[in-house]
Amino acid sequence: MSTIASLHIGEIGYISEEALDFIPLKLLEMGCLPGAEIELIQIAPLKDPIYICVNGSHLAIRKETAAQIKILKSNN
Amino acid sequence: MSKNDIKVALIGNPNTGKTSLFNQLTGLNQKVGNYPGVTVDKKLGVSKLSATQNAIITDLPGTYSINPTSIDESIVLKTLLNKDIAASPDVILVVADIENLKRNLLLFSQIKDLEIPTVLAINMVDQMTKKGITIDLSVLRKELNTEVVLVSARKNEGIKDVKEAIIRCHVAAKASPLCNIDSKIDADYFAKLKEITPNYSMYELWLMITQNSFPDTISAEEKEKLLGFQRDISKLKKYQHKETIYRYQEINKILKKTYLVDKNKATDLRSRLDKIFTHKIFGYAIFVFLLLLIFQSIFDWASVPMDFIDATFADISSYAKQQLPAGVLSDLITEGIIPGVGGVIIFIPQIAILFMFIAILEETGYMSRVVFLMDRIMRRFGMNGKSVIPLISGTACAIPAIMATRTISSWKERLITILVTPFTTCSARLPIYAILIALIIPSKKVFGFLNLQGLVLLSLYALGFATAVLAAFILHKTLHINSKSFFVVEMPNYKLPSLKNVFFEVVGKTKSFVLEAGKIILALSIVLWFLASNGPASFDNAEKNTIENVANKNLSDDELQQKIASAQLQNSYIGILGKTIEPTIKPLGYDWKIGIALITSFAAREVFVGTLATIYSVEADDEDATTIKQKMSSEINPDTGQKRFNFAVGMSLMIFYAFAMQCMATLAIVKRETKSWKWPLIQLFGMGLLAYVSSFITYQILS
Repeated sequence: MSTIASLHIGEIGYISEEALDFIPLKLLEMGCLPGAEIELIQIAPLKDPIYICVNGSHLAIRKETAAQIKILKSNN
Repeated sequence: MSKNDIKVALIGNPNTGKTSLFNQLTGLNQKVGNYPGVTVDKKLGVSKLSATQNAIITDLPGTYSINPTSIDESIVLKTLLNKDIAASPDVILVVADIENLKRNLLLFSQIKDLEIPTVLAINMVDQMTKKGITIDLSVLRKELNTEVVLVSARKNEGIKDVKEAIIRCHVAAKASPLCNIDSKIDADYFAKLKEITPNYSMYELWLMITQNSFPDTISAEEKEKLLGFQRDISKLKKYQHKETIYRYQEINKILKKTYLVDKNKATDLRSRLDKIFTHKIFGYAIFVFLLLLIFQSIFDWASVPMDFIDATFADISSYAKQQLPAGVLSDLITEGIIPGVGGVIIFIPQIAILFMFIAILEETGYMSRVVFLMDRIMRRFGMNGKSVIPLISGTACAIPAIMATRTISSWKERLITILVTPFTTCSARLPIYAILIALIIPSKKVFGFLNLQGLVLLSLYALGFATAVLAAFILHKTLHINSKSFFVVEMPNYKLPSLKNVFFEVVGKTKSFVLEAGKIILALSIVLWFLASNGPASFDNAEKNTIENVANKNLSDDELQQKIASAQLQNSYIGILGKTIEPTIKPLGYDWKIGIALITSFAAREVFVGTLATIYSVEADDEDATTIKQKMSSEINPDTGQKRFNFAVGMSLMIFYAFAMQCMATLAIVKRETKSWKWPLIQLFGMGLLAYVSSFITYQILS
């Protein structure tokens, strides 16, 4: 199963409903909710952190956090 | 301030223009205070709401929710849970950004559930048409059950509406929760929680147990019961997640009826700028270019006003000398206080320029991109992308830099940043470097275009950064602190900096630096003056002995006075202190006079030059030597007959000041921020040892 970390730049996914327990509260509060559309905007030059847009929030998070959050990719 | 003033707490997400609104509401009526118990700076301002009604507005740190993850954010929760009449807010003004209304309303919904009268100010409405946003204000007011006003703080539009809404809200004093979280999560659980005490709302009690933050006003028995709820941590966590999801569901329901975005109208300026600023080559190139620009301005542009300030204080001092009657008090004023105050004022241009750059970089949204670019690199050294800001600020002054670490939520990353920040070359080291370089490095061109003196100065800055990073790496490997490193940074939209905000920021920060540092330096110059003009019995006899010793040498009056002054200095308390430590510092190339300057500059580095100036001016035998540089240059080492400040001594001193923790104010702030003496003491002795050993090696190799 894919996670936020496996998105490519410009790719869109949807946060999986079963991801809820793995999303840190802080991210949840910033709009990173199950079912939300998430787009990967940019990856930092050293491959980490990554820059995402979810629910209108533009956020930079580290890869280790991103790798915990499961998503469904739009094509499957 | 009067009893009738309405106490307003200003709360909002970062990047919502909260500061702009605060500045518009209060103007120059601002001051900085401390929160009781926690020593975090609190910005207060008075706002004239109407002809008869004033409000005291407290600007709380920006936060995304009242569940805190950093020190800054925990202030918000503490202020809101406080039921002390004098401190608790009457009205809460929540600022939201029109573009991110959904996320901003999460914080609003939490605040509303505290059951305190709340006004919602939706800011940046001037962007609405451009972003294709339409909003139904009357329905939103009804749905949120609160006063809602549209403002554009930067354009000074809607400020009057905010003021009127605060008054209306205060008069009505109605407060009802927005989300009844209990029924949606676990009604029984929350009913039991509510039973504990009628003095707090259910949501307040819920916050106390989830955030482990209990106000003083809660009784021991109540606290005991609340602690009982904390036992099942996984349940708390689960319910917090449920609570947040439920809040968003409610917000979505409300926004569906009231808020519409036409996505086709949104411009993609942000993504185009992001492509450049976070590019793997251009991104770093732009960052390095900006750093060079900042340093260039600190050295070059600031030198004009600094020379002016230097000359002005010299004039004031000599004018005062002529005007005041000779005596002890006049000496204190002309030799102690005036140069002491001048020594602080002279840093204002550099510090103001640096704060200006940092304020602009933060205002435009660029700083978040730097954090994004640098996080991976900084993590290798046990720090955080956010550590870049303190390390840059540290080139002005370590004090505001250390306070800027509060946004770092991981304790280990924050602690390491605090510990290494004093290695960066702060502006207090600059006068020491400047005078020593002028004394020992010839002013000539290398490679045809680089000034050798400038090159040495640049190397000292590089040395400071390199040591900071190296020290961080060692601390990262040796400190075993378990702290969860969690990193999330909002990448705000780019915007033009508001001149007003930048101006207020620069004035506020510079003012607090001058006052903080000024207090210490002023106090110290008085102590120093006292220690230099008093001493044990040998001090009192110095005059008599000198006259007897030179009785047959036919000295002129001036020469005799100098001999007496020199003998008095040697026998004063400070002279004795200098002589006592002389054996310890001799291997570094220093004599007792430099020793005195080392001791006094322990309080603040910049005192070093002033102390030497005082000591040599007391002794100076060259009438023409008016500037400090000339006085130092003519100082002779009696052992060798050569100049005291030769190449080896100069280098040894510069290395000493590059590493030594010579700043009481910084130690005090580290103690405050780490809440223990352990860390400032480690800094003091660790950096001191490094300074001693490095200077020893430098001197022994070069001499």
